[in-house]
Amino acid sequence: MFDLSLISSTLTALTPILFAALAGALCQRAGVFNISLEGTLLVGCFAAVAGSWYTGSAWLGVLTAVLASAAYSLILAVGSVTFGGDAIVIGVAANLLAVGLTSFLIRTVFGTEGAFSDPALAGLDPVLGQSLLVYLSWLAVAAFAVLLYRHPWGLRLRGVGERPLAARTLGVSVTKYRYWAIIAGGALCGLGGAQLALGSVTLFAENMTAGRGWIAVVAVMLGRATPIGVLLAALLFGLAEALGFRLQGIGLPQQATDAAPYLVTLVALFLSSRRNRVSVQG
Amino acid sequence: MRTVVIAVLAALAVGTVLLLATGADPLLAYQAIVSGAFGPDGFADTLAYVVPVAGLATALAIPLRAGMVNLGGDGQLVLGAISAVSVGLGTGSAILALLAGVLAGGAYAALAALCENRFGVPLLISTLLLSYPAISLAGYLVRFPLTDEGSSLPQTSQLPDSARLPELVGIAVVLLVVAVYAVVDARTPAGFETRVTGWNARFAAYAGIDRPRLTVRLLAFSGGTAGLVGATVAMGFPYRFIDGALITPQYTWIGLLAALLARANPLGTLAAAVFFAALTSGGFAMERATQVPRELTAILQAVLILFLAATSGLLRKRGARV
Repeated sequence: MFDLSLISSTLTALTPILFAALAGALCQRAGVFNISLEGTLLVGCFAAVAGSWYTGSAWLGVLTAVLASAAYSLILAVGSVTFGGDAIVIGVAANLLAVGLTSFLIRTVFGTEGAFSDPALAGLDPVLGQSLLVYLSWLAVAAFAVLLYRHPWGLRLRGVGERPLAARTLGVSVTKYRYWAIIAGGALCGLGGAQLALGSVTLFAENMTAGRGWIAVVAVMLGRATPIGVLLAALLFGLAEALGFRLQGIGLPQQATDAAPYLVTLVALFLSSRRNRVSVQG
Repeated sequence: MRTVVIAVLAALAVGTVLLLATGADPLLAYQAIVSGAFGPDGFADTLAYVVPVAGLATALAIPLRAGMVNLGGDGQLVLGAISAVSVGLGTGSAILALLAGVLAGGAYAALAALCENRFGVPLLISTLLLSYPAISLAGYLVRFPLTDEGSSLPQTSQLPDSARLPELVGIAVVLLVVAVYAVVDARTPAGFETRVTGWNARFAAYAGIDRPRLTVRLLAFSGGTAGLVGATVAMGFPYRFIDGALITPQYTWIGLLAALLARANPLGTLAAAVFFAALTSGGFAMERATQVPRELTAILQAVLILFLAATSGLLRKRGARV
């Protein structure tokens, strides 16, 4: 049951969620509640496929995805930081916009409905069984940890998130830090989308993120927006998804295993909240 | 009012750019949307969209009135629909089927409320996470135990005549739900407690409002309404549960946006939902007339909301400074 191929499929399932969860954690630390991860990830998927298709290079596809998702995340930045709009309203609308926009574009740009795939579409070549983005996601966790705890930038970011007024008094621009957190988060979602669309498979399908951005929102909460916490939470989900695939192989219906990651996450939330409650009492 | 006009103009401008980019005539497309939504041909389509969109919008508005966000509308909707169809197929009774839909949706949403009260999992997350297993369960049921043997599609058999609902019943159900919500909201202590909690949760706690109990009740009503809507839609034409038919059109998210837009005000939510439903059915007419993908109207909706959220945020900001 537990062998190398399970680890490998866990890594594959984990990567897009990890990128999106890091994006969410970054925003959370800056004091922005980002629930538009699902939509930003989806934009990344589409841009990766479009970029790869038009340039013929998978890595230019990744670059397109990073730029497109970063640009897309400006919606949240402008709407909530500059205009002070409700982050939940903007997040829900941005997710709906991403579904509409990518479905619109797949029909106008590629002229197909539902999914676009072509043998000529360049995907990411695996290195030691995984695309380079998989390794990059772990590096991103380390980079996030170093920036957050060992760099003045991270100190200021946390200050902006926890005590925005105090940060402003000390001359730190709250607006600037929140903007960069959201935009960097968008770029991370672009990497996640590229892995999803060019890493494990090479195609774009309408709504192909299938709730991964929402799971990332949960992972941020479960991991309390810390680098290791978010990694563990995303790992839990990736493992549940990989185990689900495995169980399908021995005859369990797909619908039963599809539900598994969500239930596992819910149980993990129960357990973590119970532990915290105990620690609060102690 | 001025913010609405600005937002509508902004959405139209974005739509115009997209239409010009695809080489379509914007005026023709907008005309097709309006005549498709309200013209003699499209009006029935619009009404068919009003039932799920306005129903879900009202369902999600109920807890939103107290500042609680129910993101699990999809799960409650689908669970209500599949429960109603199962009971309808088993007993042939429309009343029992509707009741099953209400109970299934309500109990499932109440479960999410218990997750918050007992385990400290925020409602936003618990409703959302519970949604996916419900969708998977329905997907399993229509493929195996309840599947229509005569077809290869993931769908149940057709309901017997006695468990079918004519289309007008769907509209009546939704109007009834809105009316009940409006009266409870404005005229009863429960509605007052809900609004007070929405205005200021701390004050509500100080005034002795039992928040955990209110959460369970509001979520039960919210999920029950979503379940009722699911039941009503599935028991209408084509009188069966089809996997994905309630999820793909994004009823939940459009409904949630309508509720958010109207700040959960009962009649405002209905008005916003009807507008969105009209826009959606107008999109189909536009696609037939101009070959522009119907998703354009989903884009218009989202852009409209984004501009409204931004401008209302700006107004609030200015108000706070003065």
